[in-house]
Amino acid sequence: MRTTRRTFVQASLATAAAALLPISLHAQQGQPARRPIPSTREEIPIVGLGTWITFNVGDDPVLRDECAGVMAAFFAAGGRMIDSSPMYGSSQPVIGYGLQKLGRPSALFSAEKVWTSSAAAGPPQIAQSRRFWGVPKFDLVQVHNLLAWKAHLPMLFQMKAAGAVRYVGITTSEGRRHDLLEQIMRNEPIDFVQFSYNVVDREAEARLLPLASERGIAVIVNRPFRQGALTQRLQGKPLPEWAAELGASSWAQLMLKFILSHPAVTVAIPATTRVDHVRENLSAAAGPMPDRAMRQRISAHVKAL
Amino acid sequence: MSEWWTYRAEDFLLFSPRVYWRMFELHNAALWPLHLLTLAASLIIILLIAWRPRSWVRWLALILAIAWVFVGWSFLWHRYATINWAVAYVAPAFAVEGVLLLIVSLRDGLAFDRRGLAGWIGYLILAFALAGQPLLAPLQGRNWASSEVFGIAPDPTAIATLGVLLLARGRLLPVLLPIPVLWCLLSGLTLGTMGEPQAWALHATLALATAAWIWTIIRQRAVS
Repeated sequence: MRTTRRTFVQASLATAAAALLPISLHAQQGQPARRPIPSTREEIPIVGLGTWITFNVGDDPVLRDECAGVMAAFFAAGGRMIDSSPMYGSSQPVIGYGLQKLGRPSALFSAEKVWTSSAAAGPPQIAQSRRFWGVPKFDLVQVHNLLAWKAHLPMLFQMKAAGAVRYVGITTSEGRRHDLLEQIMRNEPIDFVQFSYNVVDREAEARLLPLASERGIAVIVNRPFRQGALTQRLQGKPLPEWAAELGASSWAQLMLKFILSHPAVTVAIPATTRVDHVRENLSAAAGPMPDRAMRQRISAHVKAL
Repeated sequence: MSEWWTYRAEDFLLFSPRVYWRMFELHNAALWPLHLLTLAASLIIILLIAWRPRSWVRWLALILAIAWVFVGWSFLWHRYATINWAVAYVAPAFAVEGVLLLIVSLRDGLAFDRRGLAGWIGYLILAFALAGQPLLAPLQGRNWASSEVFGIAPDPTAIATLGVLLLARGRLLPVLLPIPVLWCLLSGLTLGTMGEPQAWALHATLALATAAWIWTIIRQRAVS
């Protein structure tokens, strides 16, 4: 998708409208709020499910069932996007196990990655990932950590043109290679970009998030709790009284609301092994969201603790 | 992987401690009562070292060779690699170590007459691998079922081999040492990254073994 004056104006107006509209208005009663994927206007719940570490449980039947339980709670609470990668050990077959056990929920929005330095190995890796998940095609395939992106992006665009994948994206994490990511966002017709953004790691606010809005690229936020480090650090510390104004009853909800209230963010993908946490995460996507002043307050408060 | 220097050890940790220790529980449950056989093998190693009958080196190396090949195939390849893709590249090294030990067994390639400090440290490390390592699970509040046993799990197998090699002399020694040393380094790094205190066992083994080898080299140079 090349940016023309018309598409730029459309994307800008849409983003501006989304920013002005209170996000809770998108939400139906008890359901997580949704945001549109800019390239198609398809709406998607703003909290997804990451699988890094949490779903890598190997052949352990007990832990596989626990993961399936997390997926069941995720779909029951209105979730759609599950994100994984060939890098995540056994996460892909564990997702496949869960999907099969749950009767292949139609709500699933499958987000995968291609992660290989070999251009030739990309398509067979995606086909293997698809077999692990047990899906006919992925909704989204992303180039993981920008690895061999020059080789994989054209292949993914061809797959999209052939109808073998619905969306194409690229990922990084922990603030790595933002300059290159920005260059790709400017020059390549990608639908999604994924990077780390949270209440203390706010580098993306300077360039990546505004650029995503400008270019009409959906944003997936990974490591919303710094892989659990933030929630661990805040464990036992009292929530500020003003968190109740946002309907946040835990630090995780407050930190998620900070991320989700940025108008350029489309989906955040916290990972968890617990059913109560996945429910808590999805309920953070409903109810009031912080405004600009409140966002600053949340960030300052967490940094000070 | 670009900008590799920006990655930390934590970035390569693909699994949680809970999954890691449950893997040993499942492996032990799947292989039981093979533990009785590996326990018998442990006792035979100790008896061989204590009594030193004829051609005992051959049998000692053969037991270790079988243990390395079996652990590499059953634990690393079939179990650990399911949660850590990098282990699929490490498992063949266990087969290589097994083959090297088999060559030693067939050729009587080592002499086990080391005395002094290195020998005592060798006995200490061997005793820890065979008797101490399985106790670490209950001592750290984990289930007995997740205990690591020689010939079943990689750490006690590698540590026991280092202990045996500290008691040995011979031209093949330098080719037998790298794989157990590298495994202890890798496993210690993994446990340390998970925040598991058990990492100290591998670090201490390597530190003791290194000190023993340095001591031996200094003594040999002083004599010559």
